[in-house]
Amino acid sequence: MSKFIIAAKVDNQIGVLTRVTGLFTRRGFNIDTLTVGETENPESSRITITMTGDEYARDQMINQLKKLVNVKKVEILEPEATKRELMLIKVRHTAETRTEIMTAVDVFRAKVVDYSANEMCIEVTGDSAKVDAFVALMKPFEIMEMCRTGVVALDRGGVTLLNK
Amino acid sequence: MKLTGAEIIVKTLIEQGVTDVFGYPGGQVINIYDALYKYQNEINHILTAHEQGASHAADGYSRATGKVGVCIATSGPGATNLVTGIATAMLDSIPMVAITGNVPNSLIGKDSFQEIDITGITIPITKHNYFVRNIEDLADTIREAFAIAKSGRPGPVLIDVPKDVQVATYEYEPQPIVEKIPLPKVDEAKIDEAVVLLSQAKKPYIYIGGGAAGLGLGDEIVEFARKIDAVIGCSFMGLSAVPDSNERFLGMQGMHGHYASSMAQNEADIILAVGVRFSDRATGNVQKFAKKSKIVQLDPDCAEVNKNVRVDLGLIGDVEDSFRRIAEKCEKTSRPEWIARVEELKNEEAETARELAEASTASITPKQVFDVINANKPAKTIIATDVGQHQMWTAQYITFDSRRRFVSSGGLGTMGFGMGAAMGAYVATGDPTVLITGDGSFGMNLNELATAVSYNIPIVIVLLNNGVLGMVRQWQTLFFGKRYSQTVLSRQTDFVKLAEAFGAKGVAVDTPKAFEEAFQAALKAGRPTVIDVRIGEDEMVLPMLPPGGAIDDIIVKVDKK
Repeated sequence: MSKFIIAAKVDNQIGVLTRVTGLFTRRGFNIDTLTVGETENPESSRITITMTGDEYARDQMINQLKKLVNVKKVEILEPEATKRELMLIKVRHTAETRTEIMTAVDVFRAKVVDYSANEMCIEVTGDSAKVDAFVALMKPFEIMEMCRTGVVALDRGGVTLLNK
Repeated sequence: MKLTGAEIIVKTLIEQGVTDVFGYPGGQVINIYDALYKYQNEINHILTAHEQGASHAADGYSRATGKVGVCIATSGPGATNLVTGIATAMLDSIPMVAITGNVPNSLIGKDSFQEIDITGITIPITKHNYFVRNIEDLADTIREAFAIAKSGRPGPVLIDVPKDVQVATYEYEPQPIVEKIPLPKVDEAKIDEAVVLLSQAKKPYIYIGGGAAGLGLGDEIVEFARKIDAVIGCSFMGLSAVPDSNERFLGMQGMHGHYASSMAQNEADIILAVGVRFSDRATGNVQKFAKKSKIVQLDPDCAEVNKNVRVDLGLIGDVEDSFRRIAEKCEKTSRPEWIARVEELKNEEAETARELAEASTASITPKQVFDVINANKPAKTIIATDVGQHQMWTAQYITFDSRRRFVSSGGLGTMGFGMGAAMGAYVATGDPTVLITGDGSFGMNLNELATAVSYNIPIVIVLLNNGVLGMVRQWQTLFFGKRYSQTVLSRQTDFVKLAEAFGAKGVAVDTPKAFEEAFQAALKAGRPTVIDVRIGEDEMVLPMLPPGGAIDDIIVKVDKK
């Protein structure tokens, strides 16, 4: 079992996301993270999916996705692709914990995006491991809520989804 | 010219070469039916008894001809009644376009009367589907649907059209019939690799499926088998792809396949798989399937290679082209040992069949019924079936003389498929059509007898009546200690009277001689006939590979005590 990233260029239309996610359900595979957004071309969206599975799961998903009429291109990204995730995490702070939290924010090159007397909201960007590490650091303080975007990724160098 | 959306739908169907459609009117398709009325000289509509019958009829129409079958239903229950028929077509890769009406755009999402999200429901069972929001997109959407349905690996496409789009008007310009989207040709290097594998082999087995049947490679496959001394076996969906009369053909393999065909596949050292998907019913336990063999697979669908069975070489693309190039490049080879071994297997099979026939004390056996049908059916007869024991006996015993003559639900195994499908096949071809069914399956959609009578569709319905749900009962006999839970029908239906009540002919028989007379009369009757054939409730479909079993587990005989 390994983790891999699927990138797909799809038609920017109602229902396309359902078709893509439905395919995973129907074939019995799980999505770890999923992000969708418009691209340089407003007629297309790009879907980035991370999933865990063996070679069989990977090949089946790619081949099944290729068959969807609204999926224009689909590829597995290289393991060394640039991967980023964004997290907003809201933690409780007190006079005793404030400095420690701020040190973590500095070291992780995170940003405090909302601050009030007893709680603050921190924005963290990075690969999933970095975001996981930040969450672990915040555990001893009170995490009030958090949300993560899921992974977005691009291959390195001149390689793009469309020329791959 | 400016037309209403409903008129554009019908005109675009006509433009795409559609001459017959099957359907059932309703509130949200009244406008489409009004347009069908207007253009009734250009397109024929068959009103079925139930939308499910319409979907199976469109499917049977397609199986018998290769054309795209079309069915129409209203929103809500009309649309959901198509679902089983669409799924049946999907699992067997049958090109179909289903058109449904829906409530007007302004009422969508409000749980309006007879509103259902049929595009949402049918995503997993269509190749693609559309909800047509704007009339500007209507004609091109229908054209695109036809292109998708018939290209590559065929399949069903659904188009849902809200009422206001049917009412609105827009400019319509006729267009030519859309072409199939061409499939990529396989690289020469891969063709060469396949040729090398085939040349090195000693025991070649050509394994054909629905993909090969759809393409009509039949004669070339037989010719190729003779050229390289290979044998031919088929999956259920591959039946009727090659004429049965050739000496290379071993028949269907798999769960209820012919002994010689399954055994030869297991002993082969190369399997050339043409348009098959290695379904569990065909392979049994995949870990033990064809372990001595290399597999070369030709398929248009990239997701079929290595999906169920690991293959040594997958040639994804234009199957017809790949097959022809391989056949041409392979040199003529003689493999007398392999052919002799296969003859041995065929003899063993014949011996068992003889023993079973001799042991039988029944007044009429399924085998005898099929012998009569084979001996009496005119050339080019279409054989449709429902699902169950009668279907497997059909697959084992019926001999086909030409392609597209077998109309049966393989992948989904849809009981109730036969009536609609047989009517569709007859409407498409006008060829003699025989439906072989069982009392269980027939009970599911026998309402379509009304349709067959109304439109004078003279199908011969051979009802193998054993009073039980025979296939499930067979499993209960073999694997559930004869605990016959809910498989004994205990019904008092008089099928002769039932047929007559519908305006069809009915006759009950219980000997081969009576059946032969009834069958001959039915072929000449010019109207639908139900022949109620009383067979024993303990008749089994043999051989049988138990579910999940391998070739070593094959059951060829069962001691009935």
